[in-house]
Amino acid sequence: MRYIEPHAHMVTRTTNDYQSLAMAGCKAVCEPAFWAGFDRSSVGGFRDYFMQLTEYEPRRAEKFFMKHYSWICINAKEAEDVGFAREVMALIPEFLEKSNVLGVGEIGLNKNSVNEIKIFQEQVEIAVKYDQLILVHTPHLEDKLKGTKLILEMLQGHSGVRPERVLIDHVEEHTVRMVLDAGFWAGITLYPESKCTPPRAVDMLEQYGSTDRIWMNSACDWGVSDPMALPKAIMELRKRGFDDAAIDRFVYRNPVRFLRQCPKFDLIDSDAV
Amino acid sequence: MNTPQSSPVDLYFVDARSKLIDIAAFMDRVQRGGETDDYRYQMFLQALQGLDSTHRAEAVLGIFSDMTPDPKQVATPGPASGAWEKEA
Repeated sequence: MRYIEPHAHMVTRTTNDYQSLAMAGCKAVCEPAFWAGFDRSSVGGFRDYFMQLTEYEPRRAEKFFMKHYSWICINAKEAEDVGFAREVMALIPEFLEKSNVLGVGEIGLNKNSVNEIKIFQEQVEIAVKYDQLILVHTPHLEDKLKGTKLILEMLQGHSGVRPERVLIDHVEEHTVRMVLDAGFWAGITLYPESKCTPPRAVDMLEQYGSTDRIWMNSACDWGVSDPMALPKAIMELRKRGFDDAAIDRFVYRNPVRFLRQCPKFDLIDSDAV
Repeated sequence: MNTPQSSPVDLYFVDARSKLIDIAAFMDRVQRGGETDDYRYQMFLQALQGLDSTHRAEAVLGIFSDMTPDPKQVATPGPASGAWEKEA
């Protein structure tokens, strides 16, 4: 079954994972910029990473007939050093010009600190200035609820932010409703331990899926995560009685509808939406 | 939107039973290890009360969460623990 993996950190995955994604029906993979498991020591480290996201990973994906798109930013975890973060942010406009870059992301909060908030707001300004889509990371575990509330407050307080062009990711049962009620898109991340399991994701789709502003992703990275999480969620949807058309909406047409707001998202199927 | 062919109990009872026994065994293990005073375990016990709610998943997630309104002055080091610890 066709699907889009709208959030995967492929720089951390093997080529076998690309092959598995393609064989499972994945047509495109989208890769936000994130924390690499360690704090980078120089702006040059980020430039190399952004080159990897915009030059090298698309070639890896192409070998398996998949499109690769990326998002550019400095992640919240490395935003605590404001001076350093601003040096990295100076690179963003150059990389927004790259042919596979869909927008600014995944910006957001990690520990809900004052400095993280500063850098989040400055990156929102960049996105608005360059008319970019925004992908937002919400914090982990006990910090998620507070962080999501702070993020919503900042986005809703900015007159230049259009909610339909912002996806707020990693929602769970305690945050999904507030994100959708505010008019934003919501992403459900499927992780084996933290975040959300496929049965819980399907619970949320049963309750909120009619909004058409919701998608699922694996967010697979170097941690405990599963690049095959979306095919497993598709199986869960089948178990729960969803038909092919409904599943296609959740895993293909919804992501296409959000992502094609960026003209560079050129995955074209005649029956795409 | 969907037409379930099996009931939730048919689909998930054995899986949920297994997870419940895992929770029971975890609590036994913590007790044997003398760690019942750990703040995470105390939050865990509080979170069990969320099972009495109507929206249980949301309630449990809420109990583990930081409910304070203001941003932290500095990001705390290390990963999130899964249970909010009140600052001393």
